[in-house]
Amino acid sequence: MNITHHPHDDLLVAYAAGDLAEAWSLLVATHAALCPSCRAEIGKAEAMGGWLIDEAVPVTVSEGALAQTLTRVAEVDREPRRETAGSSPAGSVRPVLPEPLRSYAGGDLDALSWRKLGRKVSHIPLVSGANGTTARLLRIPAGEAVPEHGHNGTELTLVLAGSFCDGSTRFARGDVETADDEVVHQPVAEPGETCICLAVTDAPLRFRGWVARLVQPFVGI
Amino acid sequence: MLRLGSDDAAAEELVQEAFVNVWRKAGQFDPSRAAASTWVFTIARNLRIDAFRKEARPELDPNDPALVPDPPPRADAVVEQKQDADRVQNAMAGLSEDQREVIRLSFFEDRTHTEIADHLGIPLGTVKSRIRLAFGRMKESLDDTQGDGET
Repeated sequence: MNITHHPHDDLLVAYAAGDLAEAWSLLVATHAALCPSCRAEIGKAEAMGGWLIDEAVPVTVSEGALAQTLTRVAEVDREPRRETAGSSPAGSVRPVLPEPLRSYAGGDLDALSWRKLGRKVSHIPLVSGANGTTARLLRIPAGEAVPEHGHNGTELTLVLAGSFCDGSTRFARGDVETADDEVVHQPVAEPGETCICLAVTDAPLRFRGWVARLVQPFVGI
Repeated sequence: MLRLGSDDAAAEELVQEAFVNVWRKAGQFDPSRAAASTWVFTIARNLRIDAFRKEARPELDPNDPALVPDPPPRADAVVEQKQDADRVQNAMAGLSEDQREVIRLSFFEDRTHTEIADHLGIPLGTVKSRIRLAFGRMKESLDDTQGDGET
């Protein structure tokens, strides 16, 4: 697999800092499961947190805090050690959806029940967070287009299966497309394989076609 | 970092919890991958999110069969990514107070980039460029330590 489109540095750093909303975190973590180089980048961003800890001014804690902590540590030591077993499901088939996405979706691709979103495209809403940030799975049949739309905020799309083209740029498994409010686009799934994506937005899309605009409030995209 | 929005007693409870977690998870610490302070940061960060945030922070599962594994280390790389505290300190020492403040607000106070911009009264683009600059320095200092260590 050759990933050429990654999330921007800002997003990786915010994920490492721990201040991204759930829907964005889901996309970053799922991309990182497919992308060793972004895993390493997140590790380097976490090192900024480590540096701050080295720099931090010590805070005084109350008398007895050390004794209490040591008591708790001693209790931990008495707990039976659990082996962290690999969570691989039975059988040796490699799932299409990596964690943490697979748990959010409730299973791998063959276990999902899709809902219609327009004539050809289907979706499964996964996260509906604060500030209108949402994450959903999208299924676009091979050769079909997503209705042309613009953005009121930012939209990130992570490809999980198949591929799509947006203009002359191609996005395949592991790739992330970043579209902001200046982009109006119409991604088209490439022929041959159904395209499955994780799409995260922080504001409703702006569809250009009147049919799409008409159904938009009812499907909540 | 752990006192965010809480009184002293609650903050102290979290500090104790952090130490207990460090102890509990000590067996998972791999010094060839990260500095101890970085590892302590990730434990404190996760506690902070559990304690103060309504939304979860999903993480990948390193044992997931769908995870794409790290490539094998290059034969000529002697030590991979050993985080050298002195190098990091030297690289980050060049940051201005303004740049440090943005990193601190992001990593220790759980503020989004937009919230930091509002808090400091500066444009969002300035927040992002300060963070990118600091991250660039950090990456340089870590990448330098690859290969045979000394220059």
